[in-house]
Amino acid sequence: MYKGGRIILFAGLFVLLMAVPLLVNLGNATAAPTPNVDTPAINALSEKQCVESTEYMRSSHMQLLDEWRNDVVRDGATDYKSASGQVYEISLDDTCLECHSNREEFCDSCHEYSSVELYCWDCHDLADAKQAN
Amino acid sequence: MKIGIPLLIVVLLAAFAWVGTAYLQWYTLFGIIIPYAAFTLFVMGFVIRLIKWGTSAVPFRIPTTCGQQKSLPWIKQNKLENPSSFGGVVGRMLLEVLCFRSLFRNAKTDKVDDKLAFGSAKWLWLGALVFHWSMLIIVFRHLRLFLEPVPAFIQGIEGLDSILQVGLPLLYITDVLIVGALTFLFIRRVVIPQVRYISLPADFMPLFLLLGVAISGIVMRYGFRIDIVDVKELTMGLATLNPVAPEGIAPILFVHLFLVSALLVYFPWSKLMHAGGIILSPTRNLANNNRAKRHVNPWNYPVDVHTYAEYEAEFGEKMKKVGLPLDAE
Repeated sequence: MYKGGRIILFAGLFVLLMAVPLLVNLGNATAAPTPNVDTPAINALSEKQCVESTEYMRSSHMQLLDEWRNDVVRDGATDYKSASGQVYEISLDDTCLECHSNREEFCDSCHEYSSVELYCWDCHDLADAKQAN
Repeated sequence: MKIGIPLLIVVLLAAFAWVGTAYLQWYTLFGIIIPYAAFTLFVMGFVIRLIKWGTSAVPFRIPTTCGQQKSLPWIKQNKLENPSSFGGVVGRMLLEVLCFRSLFRNAKTDKVDDKLAFGSAKWLWLGALVFHWSMLIIVFRHLRLFLEPVPAFIQGIEGLDSILQVGLPLLYITDVLIVGALTFLFIRRVVIPQVRYISLPADFMPLFLLLGVAISGIVMRYGFRIDIVDVKELTMGLATLNPVAPEGIAPILFVHLFLVSALLVYFPWSKLMHAGGIILSPTRNLANNNRAKRHVNPWNYPVDVHTYAEYEAEFGEKMKKVGLPLDAE
C-alpha cells in the first residue's frame, strides 16, 4: 500500500471519532428521570388527573402551553375545555404551577436530561406565583 | 424508472419499519439490533473502502494546479491554488472541505448569438454547501441524545439553530434549509435535461434517503409527537452498551431510525463515500513540488546498474595490458 501508514492512521482516527459517544459513555449508565408529582396540591386531589391525559401531556405539553399562551394573550380567552369536557382556567401560574409547584423535580429533571431549554421562566416566576396564592 | 425505483425503495423501507413496530412489535429488532448492526457496518465499510482505495496504484504525482506554481523568486506564487508545501495543502484542503472551492468554479456553457459563452453557475455550489452544513449541524445537534450530561457547545449549537423561536417545539433553521437544499438538488437533476440524462438511480437514492430521514424527523417533532425522554432512554441505552427494549414508542421513531440505519449501511458503498476521499484525492492533497523534488515511480522495476567505475574495477587489468587509459590512475 502506497503511504499505507497515513491511510491507516486516518482510518484509525475515523474509528476513534465514531467511537467517541461510546467511549465517553463507558460505564456511565444513567436512568431516565421520572417527573415527581409528589406535591401537597396533587396529594390533596381525589382524582390525580392533569388537564389532559398523561400520555398527551408527556409528549405535547409544550404545544398545549403555546396554544394557551396565544389564546390568552392574543384572544383574551381564559377558559380551556379539555378532551374530557372539563373547563380549566388558562393560566400557567394558577393552573399548571398550582399543582406542579416543584419545578426542579418536575420540569427541570426531564428538560435537563433531554437538553431542551425552556423560556417559561423568562416571564413567569415561581416565587411570584406562590405569593399570589 | 431511474427516479421511481429509488423512491419506491425508500418508501418500502419506511413502511417496513412502520409495520414492523406498529403491528408486529419488533421493538428489539428495530430499536437495538438494526441500529447496532448499521453502525458497525458503517464504520467497517468506511475503513474497508479507505484500505481498498489505499491499495490502488499511485504512479505519478498528480496535483491539479489552478494558479501560478512556485517558480522564480520574483514570480508571485498562488499558495492556495497551487500549494508547494504542507501548509499550503492544508489551506487548500480546508477551503475545499469547508467551502467547496472547486465546486465554486462550476461553469455553464451557453450559446449566445451563435457563439459559445461560458458563465459562472453557483446554484449547485450553494445548494451543496447549504445541505452539507445543515447536515453537520443536525448531526451535532443529535449528540444531545447520546451524551449525558449534554456538553455546553452542543446546547449552544441547538440554541443558535432554534434562535428564531418560531412555534413550539422551536423550529430549527437547519430543518428548513436541509429539506430546501435536498429538494433543490433533486429538482436540479430532473429539470436540467443534460443532468437528468446522466443521472442514475444511485444519484437519486441518496437524495431520497436523506429526504426520508429529514422528513421523518421533522414529522416526529411537529406531527406525531413522541416523548423525548423515552427516546433519550433508548439512545443512551445504545450509547452505554446497555440497551433497553424500547417498548411502546410510536412507530414514527423507528421509521426515522431505520432510514438512518439504511443510510449508514448504504454510505460506504455509494457515492456518499466521497467523504472519505479527503485523504485519498491526490489531485487535491498533494503539494505541487513536481519539479522541486524527484518523485520515483514506486513500482519501478529494479534495474541492475553496472557503473563505469565498477566496469573499470572488473576489467582494469585487461585494459591496462592493451594500453587503454584508466580513470582510476
